[in-house]
Amino acid sequence: MTAAEAAGGSPHRTLITGVIGSDTHIVGTRILSMGLEKAGYKVVALGALTPAEEFVKAAIETDADAIMISSLYGQGELDCRGFRDLCVEAGIGGVLIYVGGNLVVGKQSWAEVEQRYLDMGFDRAFPPDTRLDGVLVALAADFSTRGQVEKEVG
Amino acid sequence: MAAALLIDFGSTYTKLRAVDLDAAEVLGAGQGPSTVESDVTIGLEAGLADLEARLGGLPEFRYRLAASSAAGGLRMATVGLVKELTGEAARQAALGAGAKLVGTFAYELTGGDVAEIEALAPDILLLAGGTDGGNKEVILANGALLADAALDCPVIVAGNRNAAAEVERRLAEAGKTAIMAENVMPEFGELNIEPARAAIRQVFIDRIVHAKGIDKAAGSFDRVLMPTPAAVLEGARLLSQGTEGRDGLGPLLVIDVGGATTDVHSISSGASTRDDVVVQGLPEPLVKRTVEGDLGMRINAAATVEAAGVDRVAADAGLEPEKVTELVGRLVGEIERLPETPDEAALDRALARAAVRLAAARHAGTVKTVHTPTGPVQVQRGKDLTEVAAVIGTGGVLVHGADAGSVLEAACADAVDPLSLRPRAPRLLIDRDYLLFACGLLAEVEPQAAFDLARGGLDGDREEVAGERQSIA
Ligand code: B12
Repeated sequence: MTAAEAAGGSPHRTLITGVIGSDTHIVGTRILSMGLEKAGYKVVALGALTPAEEFVKAAIETDADAIMISSLYGQGELDCRGFRDLCVEAGIGGVLIYVGGNLVVGKQSWAEVEQRYLDMGFDRAFPPDTRLDGVLVALAADFSTRGQVEKEVG
Repeated sequence: MAAALLIDFGSTYTKLRAVDLDAAEVLGAGQGPSTVESDVTIGLEAGLADLEARLGGLPEFRYRLAASSAAGGLRMATVGLVKELTGEAARQAALGAGAKLVGTFAYELTGGDVAEIEALAPDILLLAGGTDGGNKEVILANGALLADAALDCPVIVAGNRNAAAEVERRLAEAGKTAIMAENVMPEFGELNIEPARAAIRQVFIDRIVHAKGIDKAAGSFDRVLMPTPAAVLEGARLLSQGTEGRDGLGPLLVIDVGGATTDVHSISSGASTRDDVVVQGLPEPLVKRTVEGDLGMRINAAATVEAAGVDRVAADAGLEPEKVTELVGRLVGEIERLPETPDEAALDRALARAAVRLAAARHAGTVKTVHTPTGPVQVQRGKDLTEVAAVIGTGGVLVHGADAGSVLEAACADAVDPLSLRPRAPRLLIDRDYLLFACGLLAEVEPQAAFDLARGGLDGDREEVAGERQSIA
C-alpha cells in the first residue's frame, strides 16, 4: 500500500475546492476535486471565478474541514491576501486552508513563494506540478495532528 | 351544469367567483367586506347575497374552495445560517408558500433577534441552517433559543438532517409544536424548497385557518386550501405548464401591484439563453415569488417615488416634481383613494409603471461583465427572463386602471438598464376578472376547466386591454 492509499479520505470530512478571483482555469480544480472525491472525501466544488467570500460562506454552511484554493493566472497573491482574516472574521478561523496552481507571475524561487503564502496564513502551498498523492498525504497528516475527532453522522 | 365557487378572504374584501365547469366560463362575481377580524361569516354571506342578486339565484356548487390573505396574511419569519445560502433558501420557501415575510434572520440568533421574533409573533417560523452533514452548531443553538422563547407558533424545521431530530426534541420538550421537513439546502448550492413549502401549506390548513377564525364559516365552503398568493402562483403555474390536453403558455411572469406591495411570480427555469455567460450564485427555483415591500400604489406611494426617483416619475406622468410630491403625500394617507383628476390618473399610471419596472428588475437576474486578464467574461446571477413568453398583470391597478398595456410594458427589457435580464418581447396580458387565484384553487380538482378558465380570462392585445372593458368585479 502506498502512502497515498493509506491516507484515504473520509466522507465525514468536507473539502471545499474552487478557483479564486477572476481566474477561469478550471481544469486543475476539476482534476483535484475528482481525485479527492475518489479518495473518499466529501467535496464541494465551487468551480472557476469564485470570489473569496463565497469560499467562506460555503465552508460555514457545510462545516468544511478544509478549503482548497486554486489560482493559475498569476494574480493569486492579490486574490488570496486576507483570506485567513476573512475566515477568522466569519468564525471559522481554524479551518485548514491549502492553495495550489501557478501562484505567482513567471518563474520565482518556490521556497520564497511558499513562504509568502504561509505568511498570509495558508497552512500549505503547492507548486504547479503537484500530484494528488502528495495532497492526500498532507491532508491526512494535518487532520491527524490537529487531532480533530471525526464528526459523527446520524 | 356543474359549478364551483371560489372564495378569496382578502384583507379588505371577500371576493367570490362562481364558475361553470362544463363551459369553463365565469358565471358571476360577488363581493362582501372582509370581516375576519370580527366574524368571517358576515362578509361571506354579504358576498354570497351579492352573487345571488347578480345571478338571480345560486347554483348547486360541486366545489366551494377558498384562499385567504385575511388577518395579515400568513405571517412568517425565517431563520437560516448563511444569509445568502440557507437563509435565502428558507426565504424562498416561505415566499413560494404564499407567506408574508415579517422577519428574516441568519447566523446565530442574538438575544435581540429572539426578542424581535417574539414581538413579531409570526404565524409560522421556518428554521433552517446547515447542509446535510454540514454545520450543526448554529441550528442547534437557534433551536434551543427558540425553544426557550416566548413563542407559541409552530416551528417548521428544515435544516441539516443530522441535527434536525435533536432540534425537534428540544422544541418539543419546551412544549413547542415542531414539524419536520426535508432540508431546504441538502447539498451546498442545491435548493430543495418544495418539501418545506408543502409543510407550510399543511400547517396553514391544519392550524392557521382555525387560528385566524376563518373556519367559523366552514359550513359555507368545503376547504381553505392555501394563502391567496400561493393560489395565484398555482394559477400561474397551470397557465405556464398547461395540463393534460392543454398546452401551456410557456415561461411567464405574473405581476400584481397592490397598495402596499408589488408581487412578482415567475414560472421559468431562468437558465441562461446565451452560451457566453458563466452562471453564478444559488440555483433558481422554477416557481419563484418575490415581494417588494417598498413598492405600492398607496401606503408605499412615497417609497415607490423615492426608489424610482421623483424626476423620472414626474417626467413619466407629465407633471412637475413638486406636483408629484404633493399628490403622493395625499395618497399615502388615503388607501382607498381612486384617481379623480387627470393629474391623479397620470400619477397613478406613472406610479404603477415605476413599481412594475423596479419589481421586475429586482425579480430578474443580471448579467455583468467581469474583467479578467484575457478580457471580459459575462457573469449571470439570478434568472434570465429575456425569453419569457408572457407577462400577465393581475390585481386592482392593472385590471381597473386605464392603459394597462403600457403599465405592463414597464416590466420589459429597456435600453436604460441593459444588464437586467427582463423579458424582451413577451405577450402582455391582463387577468381581467381576477381569475388567477380562482384557477389556482380549482387546479387542485379540475385542472382542465381551471386552465380553460384562466386562459379565457386573459385579455390579449394592447389595444383591447387599453380599451374600456366591462369588469365583473
Ligand atoms: C489551458 C490554459 C488556459 C486556458 C484555460 C481554459 C480553462 N477554462 O480552463 C485559457 C486559454 C482560457 C487560458 C487563459 C489564460 N491563461 Co492560461 N494556461 C493554460 C495552460 C496551458 C494549462 C492549464 C491547465 O489546464 N493545466 C492542467 C491542470 C491539470 O493543471 P493545473 O491547473 O496546474 O492543476 C494541477 C496542479 O497545479 C494542482 N493544483 C491546482 N490547484 C490546486 C489547489 C490546491 C489546493 C492543490 C493542493 C493543488 C492544486 O492540481 C492540479 C491537478 O494535478 C497553462 C500552462 C500550463 N501548462 O500549466 C496556462 C497558464 C496557466 N495560463 C497563463 C496565463 C497567463 C493565462 C492568461 C492570463 C493569458 C492571457 N493573457 O490571455 C489567461 C487568463 C484567463 C483567466 N482569466 O483566467 C499562465 C499563467 C502564468 C502565471 N501564473 O504567471 C500559464 C502558466 C501559461 C504560461 N506559462 O504563461 N489559459
